[in-house]
Amino acid sequence: MLGLTSSSILTHRICSDLPPPHRLKVKGHELMQKFLKATMVIASLALGLMVTVTLPARALVEIDINRGVVEPVPVAITDFLSGDGKGAEIAGVVAADLRRSGLFAPIDKAAFIEKISNPDVAPRFEDWRVINAQAVVTGRVTQEPDGRLRTEFRLWDTFAGVQLVGEQFFAAPRDWRRIAHIIADTIYEQFTGEKGYFDSRIVYVEESGPRDNRVKRLAIMDQDGANHRYLSDGRSIVMTPRFSPQRQEITYMSYESGEPQVYLLQLETGQRELVGNFPGMTFAPRFSPNGDKVIMSLLRNDGNSNIFTMDLRTRNTARLTDTNAIDTSPSYSPDGSQVVFTSDRGGRAQIYLMGADGSNQRRISFGDGTYSTPVWSPRGDLIAFTKQSGGEFQIGVMRTDGSGERILSAGYLQEGPTWSPNGRVIMFFRQDAGAQGPKLYSIDLTGRNEQPVPTPHYGSDPAWSPLLK
Amino acid sequence: MRRIAALTRSPAAIVLVAVLAIAGCRSNTQVPNTAADLGLGSGMAGPGAATPGSSQEFTVSVGDRIFFDTDSSVIRADAQATLARQAQWLSQYSSYSITIEGHADERGTREYNLALGARRAAAARDFLVSRGVAANRIRTISYGKERPVAVCDDISCWSQNRRAVTVLNGAGS
Repeated sequence: MLGLTSSSILTHRICSDLPPPHRLKVKGHELMQKFLKATMVIASLALGLMVTVTLPARALVEIDINRGVVEPVPVAITDFLSGDGKGAEIAGVVAADLRRSGLFAPIDKAAFIEKISNPDVAPRFEDWRVINAQAVVTGRVTQEPDGRLRTEFRLWDTFAGVQLVGEQFFAAPRDWRRIAHIIADTIYEQFTGEKGYFDSRIVYVEESGPRDNRVKRLAIMDQDGANHRYLSDGRSIVMTPRFSPQRQEITYMSYESGEPQVYLLQLETGQRELVGNFPGMTFAPRFSPNGDKVIMSLLRNDGNSNIFTMDLRTRNTARLTDTNAIDTSPSYSPDGSQVVFTSDRGGRAQIYLMGADGSNQRRISFGDGTYSTPVWSPRGDLIAFTKQSGGEFQIGVMRTDGSGERILSAGYLQEGPTWSPNGRVIMFFRQDAGAQGPKLYSIDLTGRNEQPVPTPHYGSDPAWSPLLK
Repeated sequence: MRRIAALTRSPAAIVLVAVLAIAGCRSNTQVPNTAADLGLGSGMAGPGAATPGSSQEFTVSVGDRIFFDTDSSVIRADAQATLARQAQWLSQYSSYSITIEGHADERGTREYNLALGARRAAAARDFLVSRGVAANRIRTISYGKERPVAVCDDISCWSQNRRAVTVLNGAGS
């Protein structure tokens, strides 16, 4: 047992004791709109950029010049009241999530004027406006008679002087970090109008040992690096783990049978299964959006690789490409109707698109260099990729027709983009020249907020889970 | 779908190859063509050559590996000479079966390089078959860029990692 059960967390909306609840809700929304217009213009611009930006088709490479321009919004995350230190710990995780997003600047607690003694009543808004807090988060953590942790939190708008959100959660004490991530997601959504991504996990390949004798283990952790644990023992090379969009399940490639092949791993039971009964190497697996199929490459006897799918229930397989070329790294569109993939059928690796039945195969990358590892955004609007150009590796995004290419990050060796559940952040791995191993990084779509992702050793091939349920 | 019961260890032969090749990492920036160029031996049947028919002879005197150009699986002229010697040796010592490992340098993405390594192994296999080695004696496997033998960050190492290595199965026993 890996103990990775997605445990249940009960959520209830709680209301302010200031204005009546339903009026409050409406008012809160109105205020939020104003809030977004007034103080969040810059941040929402940063987020809106992906939708509205217009770049020339087949664009020249552009490093985003907005890097460092957007001002994060100052917010005050007060320690939740609790008998032990748990309230402060939860507030700490919420603040860390918001800070890493680059959109928020949690204010140093030393600057707080008011000490919150009753989180059920409105804070003294003027005390928070003085330190420029746009919003205040208050809360309380108590233990229920049945042992569950009860966490209440409220988000207050300091300038409008109202409660924006109030919720309480009931969960097993071990899930306290998940509660904190859900609270951070709620705050993120209030400010941006979009779902957050903090209550999610990362599966990746942990690398240790010397470069010419690397030990590679599957590992899983929360998106902030907490709750790290191993899913394989390192005796066999493993790579390219990918989350199921629907279930607590991953697919990955392993050399454990001696032949490199694609496997499934059930996270709740630890059960592993070979995917299909293909002759020869299978690799580069990913799930279909409904989680019922795995799409992957199969090596042909002539040394070329084509793309196949296998239905996990019926075991039926289907061939999607049939070329004397390398066709690999397939990734479905979120609606399941199309597949983007890498092929060198034109001489060098480029990105191609086809229908989910293999129809209408066409090239969409035309920039200077080679392109690989295309990954479709969960929002459906963009494709992330790795590009090799001018002796460096770049992580970028393009529209689904190949236009509007933007490079977010460049370095000596970096690859393997994976999308946050809300399609706003990309994680990838980078090895600097002279370094002994790769590390994980995240970057938002503006290209301005790059953050290292903490792992115990070196790490590669990150894959972001959907939001936990 | 079958359930996988146990993990398996890599063959000892692969470890041997890795150890031998470390010496190559410290060599100069010239592209090595054979194991002999890597300072591992003195060429065909020279003085002090290994026992005829031994894996040492195959590795050191015949040359167990060939090298490729960037993003290519074309068998170069120097590699053809090495593979021809391998084919001749394998016809002489016909009890050996072999595994050809295809490898790539780090200057490509992981999945693509797995495919590239596989294509290189297949190219080496096809050449040996064309020189009379029975196809059923040959297994191929790709390690992509997962098993470099040279670990610096410039072309002197990349060129050594773009390789196909012929491993004698059960050799050395």
